[in-house]
Amino acid sequence: MTAISVRNLSKSFGKKRALDDVSLEVQCGEMVALIGASGSGKSTLIRHICGLEIAQAGQSRIEVLGGAIQDGGRLAAKARDMRRNIGVVFQQFNLVGRMSVLSNVLLGNLGRIPMWRGTLGLFTAEEKKAAREALARVGIPEVAWQRASTLSGGQQQRAAIARTLIQRSNILLADEPIASLDPSSARRVMEILAAVNRDEKITCVVSLHQVEYARRYCARTIALRDGRIVFDGPSSELTNQMLIELYGDNSEELILPDAPVQTAKPKRMPKPGNVPAFA
Amino acid sequence: MDQTAKIASVASARPEVEREWSRSLGTWATWVALLILLVWSWAPAEMSRWTYLFSDAGNMAEYASGFLRPDFSQWRYYIEEMLITIQIALWGTFLAAVFAVPFGILSARNLAPWYVVQPVRRVMDACRSIHELVFAVLFVVAVGLGPFAGVMALFIHTTGILAKLFSEAVEAIDARPVEAIRATGASRLQEIIFGVVPQVMPLWTSYALYRFESNVRAATVLGVIGAGGIGQVLFEAIRGFYYPQASAMLIIMLITVSLLDLLSQRLRKLFL
Repeated sequence: MTAISVRNLSKSFGKKRALDDVSLEVQCGEMVALIGASGSGKSTLIRHICGLEIAQAGQSRIEVLGGAIQDGGRLAAKARDMRRNIGVVFQQFNLVGRMSVLSNVLLGNLGRIPMWRGTLGLFTAEEKKAAREALARVGIPEVAWQRASTLSGGQQQRAAIARTLIQRSNILLADEPIASLDPSSARRVMEILAAVNRDEKITCVVSLHQVEYARRYCARTIALRDGRIVFDGPSSELTNQMLIELYGDNSEELILPDAPVQTAKPKRMPKPGNVPAFA
Repeated sequence: MDQTAKIASVASARPEVEREWSRSLGTWATWVALLILLVWSWAPAEMSRWTYLFSDAGNMAEYASGFLRPDFSQWRYYIEEMLITIQIALWGTFLAAVFAVPFGILSARNLAPWYVVQPVRRVMDACRSIHELVFAVLFVVAVGLGPFAGVMALFIHTTGILAKLFSEAVEAIDARPVEAIRATGASRLQEIIFGVVPQVMPLWTSYALYRFESNVRAATVLGVIGAGGIGQVLFEAIRGFYYPQASAMLIIMLITVSLLDLLSQRLRKLFL
């Protein structure tokens, strides 16, 4: 079954073309990396899939689990209902800083429980237990009663993942989940995402800055440049050589300095800037 | 030491920027404009009567001497009335704070569409721009003399003020946690309750406390037009030339307001 289907998606911010006729499909249970340099459109793409951003009017259509979340630049009426099936993890964690970690995790229930109960913040004992278990699952059971703002970046991101676990979504979109984390926290977060994908069969789309993580954790990689898909295939095929061909000088941004060199002689390709711009 | 020397030398090496004449001209123009306004307002404000302050020094001295001997013989009564004034302010502020929450959210540009924001803002502007005293006069006619008229006057006026302050706090929030809550499939109201309110609560509380403080002062004045409390007693005392009693009441008001100021300052520090 198709988890995510994006067709002919274009988006401009002012004069800048953020996404240019992007089409892609992700099957259920896949773990897909979305790579690209800063400003290549990764975040924009993810924000469109969960309906936080609306495409400009046109032929675009985004379907999630068979139902359209937006079509021709209009948000579907049932977008709010569909969002419960799409968990989102953000680069800046986006926890409510003044609330406890447990309360933050419990907010993952909002799309599932009756509206009046969610609005009053009345969560059942089972829901609270599930929230504590989710925190244990991501390895931070001890911070449940702490204010979210007092946590380290890595802990906050794990709490945010616990929130999406409570949401019990079928799809997990992670928008640069490790870009603000130190290397060891980054690895832990990626391992949790991989485990969630493997054990709960949740479809994961993770946007990443560094291709090393894509190779290590994701079977499939989609590479974006200037809002266009320039590579879509097995991560193992994405060699450093190919990255340099795709991104030229910008490829330095994507390859970890300590990554094993896969190319004998890195060749300098012409900068993408020299190619006529798409916009 | 070495570092600062280096910085200093770098600074001196940079070229001097020429003085911006247009800017100092602007400063001068502002002062001249102020002077013109003051001269223009001199006669209408009857400022030429300032000499009366001295020529009628006898009256002033008598006035002052009355105030210099405060008469606390009825202090229980004064304190009771002072408490009524505080209670008027308490209810006025509380009602305003409650009503300012929806109005503040509806007049925040980042949460409500413009066709809601603009009308709500205009209504709040109206509440704010009309003085409590005017509202009190109206309510005295509507609900009769007494504290309730004062409560209603403070309530309407303070709602206008707090709604504006609340909406400014809402407009300054971090939108990211709200997005995260939206992404869970939460309703719009839930986004506000869990994403917006926790962020603005400390500021809202602080604003409400500050308005309470100001409303105690305002409520003493409302008494003057018959809206109950110590202001009413004070006004009667002054009209009846009972200056020693008026003086005692003023002292009680001064002490109460200062104490409340201190208390609310402490409380506000707790929340921020």
